Amino acid sequence: MKDFILPGRDMGTPARSGAPVSLTIDGFAITVPSGTSVMRAAAEAGIRIPKLCATDSLEPIGACRLCAVEIEGQRGTPASCTTPVAPGMVVHTQTDTLARLRRGVMELTISDHPLDCLTCAANGDCELQDMAGAVGLRAVRFGPGANHFAQRAAEAPNPEWRPKDASNPYFTYDPAKCIVCMRCVRACEEVQGTFALTIDGRGFASRVVAGQDVPFMASDCVSCGACVQACPTATLQENSVIEIGTPERSIITTCAYCGVGCSFEAQMRGDTLVRMVPSKEGKANRGHSCVKGRFAWGYAQHQDRILRPMVREAITDAWREVSWDEAIGFAAARLKAIRAESGPDALGVITSSRCTNEETFLVQKLARAVFGTNNTDTCARVCHSPTGYGLKQTFGTSAGTQDFDSVEQVDCAVVIGANPTDGHPVFASRLRRRLRQGASLIVIDPRRIDLLETPHMGEGLHLPLRPGTNVAVLTALAHVIVTEGLYDTAFIRARCDWDEFADYMEFAARPEHSPEAVEVLSGVPAAAIRAAARAYAAAPNGAIYYGLGVTEHSQGSTTVMAIANLAMMTGNIGRPGVGVNPLRGQNNVQGSCDMGSFPHELPGYRHVSDPAARGIFESAWGVTLSPEPGLRIPNMLDAAVGGQFRAIYIQGEDILQSDPDTRHVAAGLAAMDCVIVHDLFLNETAAFAHVFLPGSTFLEKDGTFTNAERRINRVRRVMAPKNGFADWQVTQLLANAMGAGWAYTHPAQVMDEIAATTPGFAGVNYAMLEERGSVQWPCNDAAPDGSPIMHVDGFVRGRGRFIRTEYIATEERSGPRFPLLLTTGRVLSQYNVGAQTRRTENVAWHAEDVLEIHPHDAEVRGVKHGDFVRLTSRAGETSLRAEVTERVAPGVVYTTFHHPGTQANVVTTDNSDWATNCPEYKVTAVQVSASNGPSEWQTDYATLVAASRRIAPAAE
Amino acid sequence: MTDDKLARMANQIAAFFVTQPGVAAEGVASHINDNWSPPMRAALLAHIAAGGAGLAPAVIEAASRLRPPPHSAAQT
Ligand code: SF4
Ligand code: SF4
Ligand code: SF4
Ligand code: FES
Repeated sequence: MKDFILPGRDMGTPARSGAPVSLTIDGFAITVPSGTSVMRAAAEAGIRIPKLCATDSLEPIGACRLCAVEIEGQRGTPASCTTPVAPGMVVHTQTDTLARLRRGVMELTISDHPLDCLTCAANGDCELQDMAGAVGLRAVRFGPGANHFAQRAAEAPNPEWRPKDASNPYFTYDPAKCIVCMRCVRACEEVQGTFALTIDGRGFASRVVAGQDVPFMASDCVSCGACVQACPTATLQENSVIEIGTPERSIITTCAYCGVGCSFEAQMRGDTLVRMVPSKEGKANRGHSCVKGRFAWGYAQHQDRILRPMVREAITDAWREVSWDEAIGFAAARLKAIRAESGPDALGVITSSRCTNEETFLVQKLARAVFGTNNTDTCARVCHSPTGYGLKQTFGTSAGTQDFDSVEQVDCAVVIGANPTDGHPVFASRLRRRLRQGASLIVIDPRRIDLLETPHMGEGLHLPLRPGTNVAVLTALAHVIVTEGLYDTAFIRARCDWDEFADYMEFAARPEHSPEAVEVLSGVPAAAIRAAARAYAAAPNGAIYYGLGVTEHSQGSTTVMAIANLAMMTGNIGRPGVGVNPLRGQNNVQGSCDMGSFPHELPGYRHVSDPAARGIFESAWGVTLSPEPGLRIPNMLDAAVGGQFRAIYIQGEDILQSDPDTRHVAAGLAAMDCVIVHDLFLNETAAFAHVFLPGSTFLEKDGTFTNAERRINRVRRVMAPKNGFADWQVTQLLANAMGAGWAYTHPAQVMDEIAATTPGFAGVNYAMLEERGSVQWPCNDAAPDGSPIMHVDGFVRGRGRFIRTEYIATEERSGPRFPLLLTTGRVLSQYNVGAQTRRTENVAWHAEDVLEIHPHDAEVRGVKHGDFVRLTSRAGETSLRAEVTERVAPGVVYTTFHHPGTQANVVTTDNSDWATNCPEYKVTAVQVSASNGPSEWQTDYATLVAASRRIAPAAE
Repeated sequence: MTDDKLARMANQIAAFFVTQPGVAAEGVASHINDNWSPPMRAALLAHIAAGGAGLAPAVIEAASRLRPPPHSAAQT
């Protein structure tokens, strides 16, 4: 194991980018960008000026005065953190006056601090200790007096003393240790954008409080941990550090939750993970993270993890724990027998967006080269497959156009069908920062999402459309842009096909696409559509960010095309601050698509019918590949019910819980003769499995994830796999048991194979990632440093293509039996099917799925807040609790899908996107009625699951 | 796979291409050729041969442009 330690030195204040300025500090000449603080300039010269309230992730406030310096020609002792450099400045950082001054400051601070350093959780990792040492503090002359740390003073309770706040499961606030440096308050404002903390009182009485002086858990705090990271003392401290002690080394790795792809330092003591600290060098997150990445990794050690392989003859049997050899042999024998009987197309695989690129590549290789079929699909089918199709048709490649840094230059952000504060929290924090700087915001979503409540933001415009009418609303935006002449003629002439634009212009200008006509369909006031179109078209930089509320519809692909059309016609492509940005759900959705997980595409999005592309893999792998597209997940299940599809290897996915129309999925799985589930836990799908292969967590393996900005980030093994093998090794065991003869000894070799066969990855290898940290594809001879922004000089496909986007209503319509429209989403603290997050303290925030319903709809049904209600669609029914809220419009209800007991997907239907079969999760016609308990399906299902989880005692 | 599911998928594809300039059946055929596995194409062709009940005209018209599935797949 190679430790990867970066110099985590705190430069005191944030970097600036002005023209160079030269000055002298303690006799050293140094040149820095104008706007840089004297403190940072000194740090660049290697001189560390003592400081308490300053840190380089926050703007300086000059509160503690410890960082005072002397500047020739200036009177007094200015604070170096708030004093910008000037040309020719001569600075002294250590003089007798300064030394005396600093000791005085420290003495005052320490006099109100409990001196229990030896038993303090921050012992050895405390900036107050460091500074006491740095300034040469040797005595504290003030006698005992008024303070915040003693529980009792002069035989009476100390009114200034407050008990610890341990309401948050991950960190503790101990007011006794606070030095009121305000770093936490500023971190919550500047970095996270939540504004949960304030300083209450003045002078000696001032203290940090959450909300209106309530426990952290009762405040707006979202537990991102930015304040804990910023705190220089043990006042805000991770509970894991309190329990374990300080870490002794750190390894850089990548979060395995969402598509932001935050970089973290996994801080270790031995092989125990002490804490995850977001890395400042991480280009996606710039030192920030959310509650999941920072805190919710306890599932890796959870007792529910299955560590030994298991098999059973039939799914009605109890599981039998066996050796790896026996499990792999059992699986391979079944697969071979089925292939001999029914041909290779009776077999298939599902790759995971949670696994690494290398693992995904091997799983699809297993299907294509070893099984001999193109039956490979991925969970991206159910989220972003329309992005792949839509962007490939219009731009020529299936990927977001920007990096996350681009958000710093956005003037108008359009967020469509996404809820970034919950789904992509770190991106949301970065966007909120930009909104506070004055960028405008347009939200197109049925719900009033939290982004619209951003404190101190510029304008916000909400277009609350009826679920399923995205295409109508986006085409109406195009209508306004073309009829009012707001399009960018020069860009279109230079970069797109003008005749196609002329066709689209004629199409969009038709009266049925006017905002007034669309208002009737979508419920969005025409004036709001017009205002949004004008704002987006007029902004110097307009950027579109979208999520699953765009893709998970019967017209998902058409909506993606409509988005691409809008960006092209306004010239918002090819430079920082603009673009089309799909917010990917899981950590490696982008990567799993890039790696050839789809049944019709080889790695690098090359169609299987392309003989040249097949030829590359045929010669690399020494096999003949099928030129025919394989089956998609829903088609596999259909074919299974029909008896033609019989065996599946599922890595890291829980299709029974995550895919729509649960009954149909269950029927498909039950019809198969060999279901191999490779996962951390006995997930819901495993109820139908014959072989269970234990998986490894991201902490236990090497590899790479590719985030939503096409950034390839390293995942590094920080501890040995508890189950014995990394996931790529398990796939290799299975392949070899089928005669593949693979001999990979490290994922780096898999990356080399990817680079050798896939043009966009030609320049990627582990040595390069080690050196640069990360790179954005395409990375090859044409772009040796990777590509932060795509389509800069021309579209990947040549000329950008405009495609007509006619609105076609979904077949899923509300009617007398099912008068409401259900739409689904997720919350910040939980992750998808929740298999991981439900096994952490994150359940403190979201213990169950609830149904959001408008007060009006609730009242006519006699439903009150907290009541158990029955949710019925034509596919099925389930029960859950109601939350009555105006966040959803009348006629719309909303729920999440994090808990298997709720099984929201029992009610979603098998409707899907016309081009990609991405399921229509976001629209289901439903009825809601009062209920007194779980539905029949829930009870039956609970019984089935309990039965299928039985594990027979191991035979010796 | 049931015929009505395939019919629904094919009709959804046709509904998109009839709104596009050019010959809808060409768009339908090339989309299906690119994305449907041979058994699915075989089932659709069989359904069309049997009269194509419930299929949009553009799907029926696309039949002659669909790539015939390799022989073995047509059996399943
Ligand atoms: S954890 Fe995050 S949201 Fe909560 S108070 Fe700290 S910075 Fe603010
Ligand atoms: S809690 Fe920590 S960061 Fe906040 S003011 Fe107190 S010492 Fe500073
Ligand atoms: S879940 Fe997403 S935003 Fe949160 S830490 Fe992980 S990658 Fe970052
Ligand atoms: S560090 Fe500059 S005033 Fe506190």
